[in-house]
Amino acid sequence: MTDVVIECRDLTKQYGAFTAVDHLNLTVRKGEIFGLLGPNGAGKTTTILMLLGLTEPTSGSVKVLGLDPARQPLSVKARVGYLPDQVGFYDHLTARENLHYIAKLNGIREPELSKRINEALDQVGLSNVADRRVKTFSRGMRQRLGVAEILIKQPQLIIMDEPTLALDPEAVREFLDLIRQLKASGITILLSSHLLQQVQAVCDRVGLFHQGRMVLEGTVGELAQRVLGGAYRIHVEAEGGDAVAAALRALPDVVQVSANGSRYNVEARADLRAEIARKVIEAGGKLLGLSVDTPSLDEVYARYFQKGAAYAARA
Amino acid sequence: MQHARSLAPARQREGSPWTGLWAVVAKEMADYLTSARMMILEALILLTAFGTVYAASQNLRAGAGTSDDFLFLRLFTTAREPLPAFVGFLGLLVPLLAIALAFDSINGEFNQRTLSKVLAQPIYRDALLLGKFLAGLGTLALALTAIWLLIIGMGLLQLGVPPSGEETVRMLWFLLITIFYGGIWLALAMLFSIIFRQPATAALAAIAVWLFFTVFWGIIASLLARTLQPAPPGDTQALINQIQLELLLTRLSPNTLFSEVALAMLNPAVRALGIVLPIQLHNAIPGTPLPAGQSILLTWPHATGLIAATIVLFAIGYILFQRQEVRA
Repeated sequence: MTDVVIECRDLTKQYGAFTAVDHLNLTVRKGEIFGLLGPNGAGKTTTILMLLGLTEPTSGSVKVLGLDPARQPLSVKARVGYLPDQVGFYDHLTARENLHYIAKLNGIREPELSKRINEALDQVGLSNVADRRVKTFSRGMRQRLGVAEILIKQPQLIIMDEPTLALDPEAVREFLDLIRQLKASGITILLSSHLLQQVQAVCDRVGLFHQGRMVLEGTVGELAQRVLGGAYRIHVEAEGGDAVAAALRALPDVVQVSANGSRYNVEARADLRAEIARKVIEAGGKLLGLSVDTPSLDEVYARYFQKGAAYAARA
Repeated sequence: MQHARSLAPARQREGSPWTGLWAVVAKEMADYLTSARMMILEALILLTAFGTVYAASQNLRAGAGTSDDFLFLRLFTTAREPLPAFVGFLGLLVPLLAIALAFDSINGEFNQRTLSKVLAQPIYRDALLLGKFLAGLGTLALALTAIWLLIIGMGLLQLGVPPSGEETVRMLWFLLITIFYGGIWLALAMLFSIIFRQPATAALAAIAVWLFFTVFWGIIASLLARTLQPAPPGDTQALINQIQLELLLTRLSPNTLFSEVALAMLNPAVRALGIVLPIQLHNAIPGTPLPAGQSILLTWPHATGLIAATIVLFAIGYILFQRQEVRA
């Protein structure tokens, strides 16, 4: 077995006439954080359920850690942690009791069991509320308890479905930190979300889902390159009037310049900040500010779905 | 998974379907035994047990001196106005207790969003469903046994005589049947908890079935028997046929089976549970008790029927649950 953790080949799932997942090909390698992106109903959750053997594929093949989830579900589920969207708990039990049940289902016995529970609680920062009923927990705490339930089985792969949905910004930040910690300990993570900034913040690679197909795949930079056509938006603040504007327009690779008083927005095919600085000075202007927008996933996403029809035709 | 199994033996599933079963049983039983609804129902049953058994023992003491070999059994069956006997109450309360235990067992997990999480652990669905059922049955058995022991204790105090071996055997068999009578309603409520997403709907459906069998089935069975097997006046054979059909129909109801078992086990003088023709009583001494073994034989078909119905209901639920999509 190589370092491939998830491998899907032409994976298809149909519910009656509706095709939820359509010939999906996906490879995730060890130690990666892979983001599944896409609007609700794009097939993300169905894909996850097939990875766990909770739903059977209509056709195609899945391999998780080299195992077939439909035929070896117990081995797969013993090695893979799954955090469903809005994970539920037995509210009348305490955090520790919830963890105890999950550990028992995983066949973990005392004294290992207590040790793992305490470690997991420590790692997600819930040790001080371990004996409180889950009923009283905030959303952020519940989400962290969900992670603790996964950590207890010491998984090689963690699959999270919309993990940051309905968390407040502070809880999201803490949660993303937790994900980075997990990655640092060598765990592969598959994350599904439609909250793009968060995905961008932690994912090494992303796959964009649309109507059951994965339409784009790669790092955020690669996607930007492909969808935005390598557009850079450079903000220039300079005094010097028309001479500066003319100098900017004269630069090669500049697509468009729009002026607003002493502020200019330059759209270019490359990062021209150095050239722009030189030109402004040469044109006798005073350079006051210069910055470039890093391509954001939001933009890629919006742009993709704007011209979605055109892309679908090409893909 | 069910798909995989039906294809070929080569695609057998890995591991045992019972992995994690005892973890589920332990957790569910702890939940049941500490839940508020269980305590309310137990209190209710205890109250009826105290009331009816106390009333019965008062009656029995008043009638002391009349030689009766089965005083202890009378504790269950003696009624004093306005209360019915304890067995009468049991016929009503055991189904309620069972329904209360199971009506939200699967859809509750679903609505709590714990189902997909639990099924993502290395266990099969079999273990979850069977674990919940066994925990329910275990809880019922525990509660009923405790009540039995209490009644026997009260009997010892009130009557001052120990139960004979014969009586003990009869009471134990009756206890066993009562547990399985509860098992039917447990399996039914669990089935509804798989079919209906709302626990309230599942509870209502189960209670509707219970009401149907308690109140209406007797009337319907008699109507059906009269329509399907009309007996013109004077035709004795037709009348016998009609009565037997009616008996057959009423025995489709678990309530009838249970009350017949109660009758036969707690009244040793009962020799048959169908119609008895005078010719069959030839040479019999009326009123002489049957040995416990014979009474058990008499109720054996009932026990088989109750257990079989429990298994069938559970199997239907099992198939439905295996085919259910877990996604919310």
